[in-house]
Amino acid sequence: MSGTHAHSAAFVRDAMLPQEPPPATSVGALGWLRQNLFSSWLNAILTVLSLALIGYVLAAILPWIFQSSWSAGSLAECRDQIKAAYGSEASGACWAVIRERWLQLIFGFYPSELYWRPILGFALALAGMAPVLFTGLPRKMLYLSLAAPFVVPWLLWGGTVWLPVSVALGFVLGYAAQRIVAPLAGGLLGAVVAGLLPVLWWFLLAGPFATLLHQIGPLGIEPVSSRNFGGFMLSITIGLTAIALSLPIGVLLALGRQSDLFILRAICVGFIELIRGVPLITLLFVASLLLNYFMPPGTNFDIILRVIIMVTLFASAYMAEVIRGGLAALPKGQYEAADALGLDYWKAQRLVVMPQALKISIPGIVSTFIGVFKDTTLVSIIGLLDPVGFSNSIRADVNWNGIVWELYGFIALMFFVFCFSMSRYSMYLERKLRTEHR
Amino acid sequence: MKKSVILGALTVAACAAGAAGAATLDDVKARGKLNCGTNTGLVGFAAPDANGDWQGFDVAVCRAVAAAVLGDSSAVEFVPTTGKTRFTALASGEIDMLVRNTTWTFSRDVDLKFTFVGVNYYDGQGFMVPKALGVSSAKELDGATVCIQTGTTTELNLADFFRVNNITYEPVPIETNEQAQQQYLAGACDVYTTDASGLAATRATFEDPTAHVVLPEIISKEPLGPLVRHGDDEWADIVRWTLNALIAAEEYGVTSANIDELAAAPTTNPEINRLLGTEGTLGEMLGLPADWAVKAIKAGGNYGELFEKYIGQNTPIGLARGLNAQWTDGGLMYAPPFR
Amino acid sequence: MTSYPDVPRETFRLRMLIFDTRYRSLTIQVVALIAFMLLVAWIVSNTVQNLANMGKPIDFGFLTGAAQYDINQTLIEYTNRDSHLRAAFVGLLNTLLVAVLGCALATVLGVVIGVLRLSRNWLVARLMTVYVEMFRNVPVLLWIVFFMAILIETLPPPNAFRGEDATASMLLGDSVALTNRGVYVPEPLFSRSLGDLPVFGAFNISLDLIAILAVLGAGLFVSAKIRARADRVQNATGLRPTTWYLRLGVVAVPVLVMLVALGFHLGYPELKGFNFRGGVYMRNSLIALWLALSFYTAAFIAEIVRGGILAISKGQSEAAAALGLRPNRIMSLVILPQALRVIIPPLISQYLNLTKNSSLAIAVGYMDITGTLGGITMNQTGRELECVLMLMLVYLAISLAISMGMNWYNTRVRLVER
Repeated sequence: MSGTHAHSAAFVRDAMLPQEPPPATSVGALGWLRQNLFSSWLNAILTVLSLALIGYVLAAILPWIFQSSWSAGSLAECRDQIKAAYGSEASGACWAVIRERWLQLIFGFYPSELYWRPILGFALALAGMAPVLFTGLPRKMLYLSLAAPFVVPWLLWGGTVWLPVSVALGFVLGYAAQRIVAPLAGGLLGAVVAGLLPVLWWFLLAGPFATLLHQIGPLGIEPVSSRNFGGFMLSITIGLTAIALSLPIGVLLALGRQSDLFILRAICVGFIELIRGVPLITLLFVASLLLNYFMPPGTNFDIILRVIIMVTLFASAYMAEVIRGGLAALPKGQYEAADALGLDYWKAQRLVVMPQALKISIPGIVSTFIGVFKDTTLVSIIGLLDPVGFSNSIRADVNWNGIVWELYGFIALMFFVFCFSMSRYSMYLERKLRTEHR
Repeated sequence: MKKSVILGALTVAACAAGAAGAATLDDVKARGKLNCGTNTGLVGFAAPDANGDWQGFDVAVCRAVAAAVLGDSSAVEFVPTTGKTRFTALASGEIDMLVRNTTWTFSRDVDLKFTFVGVNYYDGQGFMVPKALGVSSAKELDGATVCIQTGTTTELNLADFFRVNNITYEPVPIETNEQAQQQYLAGACDVYTTDASGLAATRATFEDPTAHVVLPEIISKEPLGPLVRHGDDEWADIVRWTLNALIAAEEYGVTSANIDELAAAPTTNPEINRLLGTEGTLGEMLGLPADWAVKAIKAGGNYGELFEKYIGQNTPIGLARGLNAQWTDGGLMYAPPFR
Repeated sequence: MTSYPDVPRETFRLRMLIFDTRYRSLTIQVVALIAFMLLVAWIVSNTVQNLANMGKPIDFGFLTGAAQYDINQTLIEYTNRDSHLRAAFVGLLNTLLVAVLGCALATVLGVVIGVLRLSRNWLVARLMTVYVEMFRNVPVLLWIVFFMAILIETLPPPNAFRGEDATASMLLGDSVALTNRGVYVPEPLFSRSLGDLPVFGAFNISLDLIAILAVLGAGLFVSAKIRARADRVQNATGLRPTTWYLRLGVVAVPVLVMLVALGFHLGYPELKGFNFRGGVYMRNSLIALWLALSFYTAAFIAEIVRGGILAISKGQSEAAAALGLRPNRIMSLVILPQALRVIIPPLISQYLNLTKNSSLAIAVGYMDITGTLGGITMNQTGRELECVLMLMLVYLAISLAISMGMNWYNTRVRLVER
């Protein structure tokens, strides 16, 4: 075709023009700037404003951070050192307090020669969670998940090794009862026996059994009372325990809320709404002031345990809502398919519904965990020495009285690191789950 | 579901930790530890040091009692309490005694059912103002903004004072001393009011303490002392007489330096002999070993030594003895006879 | 119907309670109910016994006793001779005040930041991401303390305004004073005031305020009518009559007339003695709490808004553009109404969180209900059980009211949808 016209119109160009380079304003750094920062008048103004804000904030904070003292032994000494180094008008951070107290801010009063125990414990807890959270890991690690709930508390609190063993035995008993009774007396009775037997075991026999075993074979590590827990270790302990315990409770509450049984549903809804309707601080007041009144006269268990109980209840209610969201997101066909297969309620839940609902809920569960972890700072208001509470105690030391920003800054930074990495993880999960669903 | 085992384990552990019975002494001995309620942190009175050991004037009383009862001044579990939680902690048996600069008042003694066993520090509520304000009396504070530490008797005293003097003020309630200090220094309040000891302690840590004055008015009586639950008189006696032993020791010149010498053999002063258990059976009457007071005094020193070590003139806090001097020096510290 | 005589008539046997699915659910429920009631009875009996042992039987009589303490910010008349109950009520009003202020500011900030996070401006989008991550991942308690400290440390104290060589000065023609005790702004005063209206004999509401609000409400109602008429005209003829000046006039003129009639003027704050006097005084504790709660919650709201906008498929805006709508019309007529349906439910639950987080007011000494009823009153009377119960009930009531609002909205939106 082009051949017929080749010479009929002289003005038709028969050679390609060489490609011009794009204009300087739309490539390279300049082009990027134009496109992303100064694409319009409004954008240009916003950019300039943002730059001014960043400059202002950095100009205020950076000198304070870097004109600092790391080696002083008291606030007064700090002030002198900074004045000597940077001139008499300078004021800077006194990081020496962090250098002296950072171990306390992290471990509280935990005996320093035993620091390896909480570190190992939390590492184990992480390793136990990993196969649940990252699906790519070898399935054998699930044994670790099974062991972690028994080993981690034992590492933290110490004491005889037989206590966690005898508690674990309760589950074995329950499982055995289910296996033996169910074929003989029917599924429901089997479930009831399997539920009751471990409870009876834990409340009546587990303690004496552990003591007995301990007398036979005294294996144990030095016990550490929970009063010695403090700083971030306390926050992590409360947060981890609460979330680990609230998961099963939350599942049960969510199922109860969806159930057809009116009274069960009413109890579950009442509980969830009650807990979600009040601020955590009032629940902590209950833990510190009232929980002992609710127990039989004479019982007295320590404040950290009481706080863990209340935070667990708090987290359970939120967890129940997260899981309910997961249950609601499941297509109805899944329930119907499970029914069509002839599965009974619990089998349907265990084999069909829950695995899918929990998977959908994981981002929600992680963000609940972040929330609970941040909320553990409230325990400082009832006198527990979490990082915020501990910073007040440090300030009560004559040497460090009057020091504010350094401690709060350090605590805020630590929380940021923890929570930010968790929220990144949750985003990663969300992305992964989304691609799997498509 | 398997994770609920933690709860089971903890419940078992907690129940094994034991219940609070009526006989606190037996409980403490069985436990081998004294549970002592203290402040979460108050300069000079209770604060953890860099090694995590609690130090301070209130803390020293706990240590003395632990030494008297258990023979070991470090056999104490310190339970930090807030203004809100302290009484519940004591009433519920979570702690055996409370030494948290707590004011001895009628209603606490009678209505809240506690027994105050004595006074380890006589305090009173005062005012601190910047010198630049040119105020010389609290009655000139009409319209001023006043920072108060809440959770104590402080806000009631303050309301009474201003009402009686018919002047107005703007209260700024604050939870912790540290925040009050920050607000006061920045000029967000004109006046800071709390116990005079607290004012002195706070002022001592200012960059320029001389720019601030504590006004002469002391608007309340704040006898601060250890307390125990109503109804266990044996235990109350032990705490009361341990405190008295510290006070008496100063009166008789028994110090941590000379106590070994004095306790080795009966001295010429029968009062000292009875106190130190080289004569008589005072320890036995309390249900404690004969050298209970020796151990209590050796835990940190006598009352005067403790005062000088934690809050006295040579510390940054620099409190004068004042009302807290021995009665022989014109103060109110007066231990009943050991007889 | 024929009968089948060989089918045996069922007799009720006890084991059917467990094995017959018709009765089983009933059995489970009865057992659960009994267990639940036993648990409650056990707790109540323990509590009663414990309290009796301590000699503190449950008794709400303390509420009528004199509170004896002062509260700085009181929205209703209060002196230290008033009862604990009234002090609690003062605290409740303070809680509601900061909650309402906080929700309003958090929404504004959240929407702005959420939209800016989607901005094509690289720097602004990054900055907003930093903001969101910073506020979301640090506990709100720390933020409250931070904001308080910033206000205290950066603003000048009142005596910096004093004297010849004052280092600070009032803004906007000597009408606004920013101090580190709080912000003083001019207050509205009425020289021909209508007086106060006592409510239940407990507190007074200014009649001036009621009158102005009534006039404003009426104006808005009429303005809405005008808009509806404009809509009808537009639907019928395709041309929209210009009504903005009419609507503005209907709202503004009666209010202005009312203000003049009441003798409206401003009362300016003045430095007298230790403090500024006159004007409306917003205390630092309120401002710090308000800002901290708003900034913190705004980070969450921003994410909700962003998610809501991203949830609307791009086809919607392209379709709207194809219809020839201008960008702001696309936003207001197409994107926002759809996004709102996604945004509102989580937004309300953020409001709920903000209200509950306002209980951290004690950290900065703002006297909300946790500070009065759950703070000083509880400390002074030693009635923990009663105080904590009342406190929980109050928060529960607030939360339930908000959730009811949310449910109402959800049903309404669903009706619109189908």
